[in-house]
Amino acid sequence: MLDYETLRLVWWVLVGTLLIGFAIADGMDMGVGVLLPFLGKSDAERRVIINTVGPHWDGNQVWLITAGGAIFAAWPAVYAAAFSGFYLAMLVVLIALFFRPVGFDYRSKIADPRWRSAWDWGLFVGGLVPALIFGVAFGNILQGVPFHLDSFLKPHYGSTFIWALFGLLNPFALLAGVVSVAMLTVHGAVWLQLRTEDTIAARAKGVISWLAPTLAVLFALGGVWVYLAIDGYRIVSQPPLTALPNPLAKEVAREAGAWFAIYRNMPIAMLAPAIGLAAPLLTWALSRMNRPGFAYVTSAMTLTGIIGTAGLSMFPFIMPSSTDLTSSLTLWDAASSALTLKVMLGAVVIFLPIVLLYTLWCYRTMWGKVTVADIETRQHQAY
Amino acid sequence: MIDPTFVELSRWQFAAVAMYHFIFVPLTLGLIWLLFIMESVYVMTGKEIYRDMSRFWTKLFAINFALGVTTGLTMEFQFGTNWAYYSHYVGDVFGAPLAIEGLMAFFLESTFVGLLLLGRDRMSKQAYLAVVFLTAVGTNLSALWILVANAWMQNPVGAEFSAETMRMEMTDFAAVVFNPVAQVKFIHTVAAGYVTASMFVIGISAWYILKGRDLAFAKRSFAVAAGFGVAAALAVIVLGDESGYELGDVQKVKLAAIEAEWETHAAPAPFTIFGLPDDEHMETDYAIRIPGLMGLIATRSLDKEVRGLDDLVKDHETRIRSGMIAYGKLEALRSGDKSEETRTLFEQHKRDLGYGLLLKRYMEDPTKASDAQVIQAARDSIPQVRYLFWSFRIMVGLGFLLLGYFLLSFYFLAKGTLERKRWLLRALVYSIPLPWIAAETGWFVAEFGRQPWAIGEVLPTFLATSALTVTDLIASIAGYLIFYSILLVIEIFLMFRFARQGPSALHTGRYHHEQPAAPAQQPAE
Repeated sequence: MLDYETLRLVWWVLVGTLLIGFAIADGMDMGVGVLLPFLGKSDAERRVIINTVGPHWDGNQVWLITAGGAIFAAWPAVYAAAFSGFYLAMLVVLIALFFRPVGFDYRSKIADPRWRSAWDWGLFVGGLVPALIFGVAFGNILQGVPFHLDSFLKPHYGSTFIWALFGLLNPFALLAGVVSVAMLTVHGAVWLQLRTEDTIAARAKGVISWLAPTLAVLFALGGVWVYLAIDGYRIVSQPPLTALPNPLAKEVAREAGAWFAIYRNMPIAMLAPAIGLAAPLLTWALSRMNRPGFAYVTSAMTLTGIIGTAGLSMFPFIMPSSTDLTSSLTLWDAASSALTLKVMLGAVVIFLPIVLLYTLWCYRTMWGKVTVADIETRQHQAY
Repeated sequence: MIDPTFVELSRWQFAAVAMYHFIFVPLTLGLIWLLFIMESVYVMTGKEIYRDMSRFWTKLFAINFALGVTTGLTMEFQFGTNWAYYSHYVGDVFGAPLAIEGLMAFFLESTFVGLLLLGRDRMSKQAYLAVVFLTAVGTNLSALWILVANAWMQNPVGAEFSAETMRMEMTDFAAVVFNPVAQVKFIHTVAAGYVTASMFVIGISAWYILKGRDLAFAKRSFAVAAGFGVAAALAVIVLGDESGYELGDVQKVKLAAIEAEWETHAAPAPFTIFGLPDDEHMETDYAIRIPGLMGLIATRSLDKEVRGLDDLVKDHETRIRSGMIAYGKLEALRSGDKSEETRTLFEQHKRDLGYGLLLKRYMEDPTKASDAQVIQAARDSIPQVRYLFWSFRIMVGLGFLLLGYFLLSFYFLAKGTLERKRWLLRALVYSIPLPWIAAETGWFVAEFGRQPWAIGEVLPTFLATSALTVTDLIASIAGYLIFYSILLVIEIFLMFRFARQGPSALHTGRYHHEQPAAPAQQPAE
């Protein structure tokens, strides 16, 4: 059977996988939402764009919900500190997300152009704002978040109201936010190039032609910025990994270059940033060559590379604390008990393959180019 | 120190957000099975009208489902945002069913609901029936896992407190899943959903019958829902009674509070059918009691006592004193005391640690509590009776009323005289909101009756919050309520619009508003 140390490592990989799955599936819908008002010039065109993700957005969104549930179960301390610490940011994300289910579902129910245009902007906000804020949150976590745990392990924060929200918007975090929006928008554009024809596909291709290379540049810029100006965190000492998790029992130092330690110690980890840098360029090339199917794969690799880079650089930290180094949460001391991790691993091993199978079946069933003619003949059976 | 305003606001927010969510959930839980029945009849008989029924009610299902998803998003993150200490303290146990719910149920329902709404002409009718079935299973499994989680809050089995990690840890997953409270609650809740959906379909169909529109369509819809409704209402009531029995077993305080059982009566205890509970003096004014009934419901016997609140408060006093020792030893353990004696004493009193924590409402250090404070804490360890007493009676009364509606509907439909019973049809239309009121009051009883605990006898609610400020909460409460209310208004607007259109909304050319000869508007009854 797996020992506790391995279980915690496996769960770090699994939560990462769920977040990457979220970016690939739901991130695509967010990217499509961001592009909607710009690539769809008429109502029919917008309906085409919406219907490329129409039957799938809800299933895709479950990646986010399941990632939330998995963090709760596997890293309760992170679930507690992160979502309450980013309280107002989380409020804004949730409110933006509210627009999507209703936007998709209610838009086509009434023909009034004002009604439809309102929901179009709702879908835009529901795509842009979460993508931006998730990126900004990662940008802040890389720099360390101001929180500390009291002796009963309750998380406390400096201030939480409006000022805390503005505090999140520092330059590096904004860059991370822009990278996040860019990567999901490229991903959405690739999807549209794949699932639509003629003008919309051409416009999507146009977006990829400048945004994909820009994404590679921005990602590289982020790396240089971390290297030059952002201190990482390092565990100086911690109890043996067989001991029960206790975040307050370790000693942590903040120092320049600590976020690059893993690449020095384990060069294979360099694969993640390498993919994050190369895959957008491949996506750009494949899109140009009119091979959107392959471009979709490289775009998914982009997301994997970029999210993987963020996770690996911080290893084994999940949420470092900038104000009380000891309170930093790592995959070793924020984890649930061995039994819970084991039970949950069992659930993932059984259900995730089943989920992937029926998700693929659903995509296959709805496959094919979505066209304006198609929407017009099926007025009342489409979004 | 604990700020009572802050705790109150946290609770109001959770209650509001959860109750908004539960406006949409029960209809989803039930309507999906009605769709499955209609679709099955269509597949078996090939009669087009059943396909039209399934398609029309699917439209209303979709309008409701969208807001279920919207308000559900908040629920998944709400524990972390607003109940951070709760999340830390019990995430090891409580998080697991939530994560499994996502993997096993949310994926299933959400992936297939897309095909349910948009994929009909992409597959054979048998495949489509399978899609409806899988969506139904998914929605109902979601209810199962969230109720496993909720039941654990009521009756935290299969877990133990660890002083090292300062939290509850799972010791027996099977015990958590097969928690007797969870089993009973699951069936009670989904059956309440089936009742809600049946009432919804019956009420709207009754309106078409009153208007004399699309009669074949309306009567068939009515029939499916009336049959389903009778079975569902019986299940709700039987399982509700079973809940009473489970309460008698594991949640004695909630039971005593619901029934305003101030003192322990000689067995079998009487049932108070009416009265005005007075929390201050711990008595019920103008009480009308049925001898022996309470003992029968709660203990299924004539010779077992139902413990009254006065005795329960005394029990709690003892446990609070024991909890004070547990708290003192826990602090010693956490500050490095490794002596065998401290460890043994802590283990002896550990099960009362939660009771010790109750004192934190009045002081930083519970070990220093005076006798008066212990007595005060014991008094505060029971929920306010008057609200529980009445919401419970509203719920039960509505349950029986709805059963009566379904039986009458079914009877007159079978007799063929339904159309002439205009009083019944009219009553059915106006009674559409009743199952929602029953469901919301039911949740109020379940959760308000759990107070002062977030996790029964383990973690007091006032300790479970996040370290936020009152301003944060005002911002979020305003944010959620404003957006939810706007969306709810839009939802109701669309619901009315499509319900009024009826099957004409399908654009098949076969129904009322599409008939050129049809009078523009029939006189209202």
